Amino acid sequence: MSKAKWMGISKVRESIATSSSEEVTASYLDTILKSRINGYVTINEGAIARAQDIDKNKDGKGHDGVLAGVPIAIKDNISTKGIQTTCSSKILQGYVPPYNAHVIERLLDAGAVILGKTNMDEFAMGTSTESSHYGTTLNPWDHEKVPGGSSGGSAAVVAAGEAPISLGSDTGGSVRCPAAFCGVVGLKPTYGGISRYGLISYANSLEQIGPIATNVSDIATIMDVIGGYDPRDSTSIKQEITYQDSLVDDVTGLKIGVSDEYFAEGIDEGVEKSVWAAIQKFEDMGATWEKISMPHTKYALASYYIIAMSEASSNLARFDGTRHGLREEGENWHVMASRTRAKGFGEEVKRRILLGTYALSAGYHDKYYLKALKVRTLVKQDFDKALSNVDVLMAPTMPTPAFKIGEKIEDPLALYLTDVNTVPINLAGVPSISMPCGLVDGLPVGLQIIGNHFDESTIMRAAYSFEQNTDHLAKRPAGVE
Amino acid sequence: MAYHNPDGVMIGLEIHVQLNKLNTKMFCGCSTKYHNDEPNSHVCPVCLGLPGSLPVINEKAVEAAMKIGLALNCEIVPQTQFHRKNYYYPDLPKGFQTTQYDFPIASEGKVFIEGEDGEHVIGITRAHMEEDPGRLLHIGSIDKSKGTMIDYNRSGMALIEIVSEPDMRSPKEARRFLDKLRNIIEYLDVCDTTLEGAMRFDANVSIGGGSRAEVKNISSHKGAERALLFEIVRQKNLLRRGGTVVQETRHFDEARGVTISLRTKEQEHDYRYFPEPDLVPMRVADRTAKVAETLPELPDAKRERFTKEYGMADMHAKALTSEIRTADFYEEVAAKIDAKICTPWVADVLKGELNYRDLTVESFKVDDMVEIIEMVTQDKITEKSAVDVIRAILDSGGSATDIVKEKGLIKVEDDVVSTAVLEVIKENEAAVTDYLGGKEQSLNFLVGQVMKKTRGRADAVQAREMVLASLNK
Ligand SMILES: [Zn+2]
Repeated sequence: MSKAKWMGISKVRESIATSSSEEVTASYLDTILKSRINGYVTINEGAIARAQDIDKNKDGKGHDGVLAGVPIAIKDNISTKGIQTTCSSKILQGYVPPYNAHVIERLLDAGAVILGKTNMDEFAMGTSTESSHYGTTLNPWDHEKVPGGSSGGSAAVVAAGEAPISLGSDTGGSVRCPAAFCGVVGLKPTYGGISRYGLISYANSLEQIGPIATNVSDIATIMDVIGGYDPRDSTSIKQEITYQDSLVDDVTGLKIGVSDEYFAEGIDEGVEKSVWAAIQKFEDMGATWEKISMPHTKYALASYYIIAMSEASSNLARFDGTRHGLREEGENWHVMASRTRAKGFGEEVKRRILLGTYALSAGYHDKYYLKALKVRTLVKQDFDKALSNVDVLMAPTMPTPAFKIGEKIEDPLALYLTDVNTVPINLAGVPSISMPCGLVDGLPVGLQIIGNHFDESTIMRAAYSFEQNTDHLAKRPAGVE
Repeated sequence: MAYHNPDGVMIGLEIHVQLNKLNTKMFCGCSTKYHNDEPNSHVCPVCLGLPGSLPVINEKAVEAAMKIGLALNCEIVPQTQFHRKNYYYPDLPKGFQTTQYDFPIASEGKVFIEGEDGEHVIGITRAHMEEDPGRLLHIGSIDKSKGTMIDYNRSGMALIEIVSEPDMRSPKEARRFLDKLRNIIEYLDVCDTTLEGAMRFDANVSIGGGSRAEVKNISSHKGAERALLFEIVRQKNLLRRGGTVVQETRHFDEARGVTISLRTKEQEHDYRYFPEPDLVPMRVADRTAKVAETLPELPDAKRERFTKEYGMADMHAKALTSEIRTADFYEEVAAKIDAKICTPWVADVLKGELNYRDLTVESFKVDDMVEIIEMVTQDKITEKSAVDVIRAILDSGGSATDIVKEKGLIKVEDDVVSTAVLEVIKENEAAVTDYLGGKEQSLNFLVGQVMKKTRGRADAVQAREMVLASLNK
């Protein structure tokens, strides 16, 4: 392969059938090597050997898995046995996990070949991948723009043809935001839909692993591999969904809810137009839409950040230089741990640890943390109420297209505000898929389709129908076929 | 007589009980049987707190916690939850301890002890589940060691923390409470209290309604009594000199028998408790009745039954039920021998000999006990010989039968005694004449001669009777 291209899983498998996984994998590695977007932080040294193993079993026994030989990119906060996993943080440099995350076990069982670990905002804290210790990833559509975040690497490598599919994680929009900015498809499943075992926690009560792909069918394929109950994650739920079955091109009678709160002040005019055009298209395809009210949306952002930072302040306590990663020596343990943390964590991570510690402290706990939980309940109720009247909600994933690198990184509040349409979904725990619905000034716009708890089938059906009846996913960044 | 508690002593205790009889740890599948193994050989991503690992509640630990709660006469909460207690320490791999906060599994219980003035009730505030941290080890002493080594084998072991009300009025009552608690825990079969670190204690002490000091690092019942005695004297002296007791945490230095200030209230940690997001609240209400059914007979109930069923004094029932293995031992013996006879043998004699040697009842076989008592009741050995046999078994092993044979302790048969009597009468004509002439002391001489001939194995009372019978013929 001379040129980077978008290949869905079925294309990749055809290609493997005519050549080999080794050849396909090598070709992706070649593209990655020549890449300028800085999407990967670690390349899997064992990728070729793994592909050869799969090739040996190709005829007959062994790998008849749905992903046999298919390369995949993994966000750097998902534990991969034998492959360095750093959360794009200096503090975890050199940490090679001795165990695989649940999703990695499932992917390997299905025959997948891990290409490498993708860049992200440090510990998934960010919306632009600029807080990575390894420097930001460039948006394949425009190298001066951010890829979104925190799973910026995972979305960018798929958009740039450096991996057919990838895994990200979504705590407050971290799969959907970069999928929107990079013009690909990304799903945040219902909370409890995928085991978090092996996902390095940022904010446990909010986050889910989610797939990123160039088409809706691939999302279904990956979900059928990695989704479902795992006894090692007490928050995973016994729910059997067959994603493949939801790939039906029919939205007749689908009731869509649209909330003005998701088109709030500051929304880009082009984004607004593209999303309304998409809703119009659904109407043309046989769906109906109505305005619904989500009155607590404006409080969601504050609630989200307090909860996320509080949980993060505790989750990140284990990085103390004692057992893994960076260690700065000191005359006693406390000095060693303090120095390690001072040197190992970046600015944004430190900010969130401090704010989270503050929010949980005696005297502030009720005022911030408990209040945030109460708001969370109200936001959930908004969704419960809305989704009892309509089948899905539609909204812009991000209020703007990808912004310039460096534009917001010095202004954390402005950056936090860009999450306004994604975080309520995490607070409510409902599923949401982001897919391209147009271009504004050459940059992709993401349409967000939100469904009820464990009703992924409905949002997948809507997304699949939209994909089948529009050509938004035919558009690719320059230089990618 | 009512106890007036002249100094207004109030003692509350916190007891950590390690559920070391479970097969696995609190939140992972690692084995709990690490006590004789290499450091860091019983660890996994979960109990090492590796990034991305998640806890899963050990259902058996929950059951054990419920059992303990029920045995302490607590209410079991319908729905329980875990929280994170955040603090930094090298033995704490996650930087927080997973514990329970406002929904402890059990609360509001009570335990009855023998107080300063008869039965005394100690309130149980709560009993909650949590995980044990790892252990820090030093080569040599802490100050001279080149570094600290961490063994995470203990990390993640299930603990139950029992918190009492400050209802104890003296170190003696505290000791009795701890003894009672250990007794109950052993009955429940959830903890081998003989293993290192199986039970650890903190105490809070105040006098005359003043501020309380918390004393940490107490590792034995004896230590608890000593620490409390020291702390009460310290507080009394302080007050006598016109000082005030401040609320603080103190460390018990077991070697020196003193408590040392660690930190004052102002320096207390803010643990920033919040619900553990990786574990969902757990409903246990529907399990409580079932768990209650599995509770064994507890010490108080067994003590009452022993007095009724075996007709023994309460003093004996208390001695026999203070350890479940002693109670079981007794019941096995009593199944074979009349209870009235065997009670003093087990409760007084055997227990006394065991205590003297600091041994447990496992050092003695039920069969030996049965045999020894039978030999006494069948008049084969004297009571004194029986005690000797018990001592010999405890000191140098062997079976009752062999020891009796070896030591020639079998009582001589009646005909041997009567032959001896006849011989003595024949050989001591003078003494016989003296006796018949009214000299009473001569009888004692004759009996003494019989005992001499039988080398002391004859029963003295019996020998006397037989000499009398022969003389009066
Ligand atoms: Zn473990």
